[in-house]
Amino acid sequence: MNHSVAATSPMVIDPETERGMGVYNMKLGMWVFLLSEVMFFTSLIGSYVILRFAHPEHFPDPGVVLNVPLTAFNTFLLICSSVSMVKAFAAIQRGDQKGLKLWLLVTILIGATFVGIQVVEYNLLAHEHFVPIAAEYAPVGRGIEEGPVVGGPLYGATFYTMTGFHGAHVTIGVLCLIFVLIRAMRGAYTEANHAGVEVLGLYWHFVDLVWILLFTIVYLI
Amino acid sequence: MVANSTDGGGAVAAEGHGGHKDPPYLAIWFVLLVLTGAEVGYAFLSLPKVWLVLGLVFMACWKATLVALYYMHLRFEPRRLWVLAASPLPLVAILILAVLTEF
Repeated sequence: MNHSVAATSPMVIDPETERGMGVYNMKLGMWVFLLSEVMFFTSLIGSYVILRFAHPEHFPDPGVVLNVPLTAFNTFLLICSSVSMVKAFAAIQRGDQKGLKLWLLVTILIGATFVGIQVVEYNLLAHEHFVPIAAEYAPVGRGIEEGPVVGGPLYGATFYTMTGFHGAHVTIGVLCLIFVLIRAMRGAYTEANHAGVEVLGLYWHFVDLVWILLFTIVYLI
Repeated sequence: MVANSTDGGGAVAAEGHGGHKDPPYLAIWFVLLVLTGAEVGYAFLSLPKVWLVLGLVFMACWKATLVALYYMHLRFEPRRLWVLAASPLPLVAILILAVLTEF
């Protein structure tokens, strides 16, 4: 067996679906969708970077306004969810139904926790008056004295747009994972047919990948 | 027929059930965690902004590449899919450069 076959789906696929790119249509469709998502998030991140360069007075140091330790923990969670998702995929590749359900459930729980923590973060920031159109805000407990920080509405607008859209993607991913878990409990996936798990996995890992970049650009730089 | 969704080479670390080999998922997870910790630590160093940005972007790109190659299995996919996956990158560069020229 060619080693290059490793880690891909040994699925029963109609040869017609393999023409062109050499992958089955559902996976190709997901890749094309993800490429459009690359452009979508690039436009958001690009806008943020450009606005920050153009109007530095609107953008205080992220470490002062944002809760970096909390978000670092959230990043840790999302990375863990990626490995649990890939373990679910590896399990069904072996025909391990129990492993598939277990790892899918773990991924759902971690993904839901990520969204929950993001809601908590938004709540904390809103209490400090850091809302999308805020011209000034009063961060507390992060190494500075409480009080208004000179800032501008661009910061809140770009921050909530980027992280909000990402959070929406995670939420949609969790809902899709629940759907896949229900199907898995009904025995819809087998060693020979697990395209749904693989394709959703691609989406989930992409969401993780985007967060890796967002965390660095929005919270650390 | 068995769908062979790859035509490229790729070293794999562990042999799973049924002769299929998986990438070392847990080792990659560990590397991602270490890089995340390193990023957070690096962000709080008193370095010039340029070095800070370069170092953080470098580590973030490494993490993103690891996720794409191993968790999304891009490394084991056909080269044609690699081309497809890389296709938005020139567009990304054009988008960024076009907006940068505004300033």
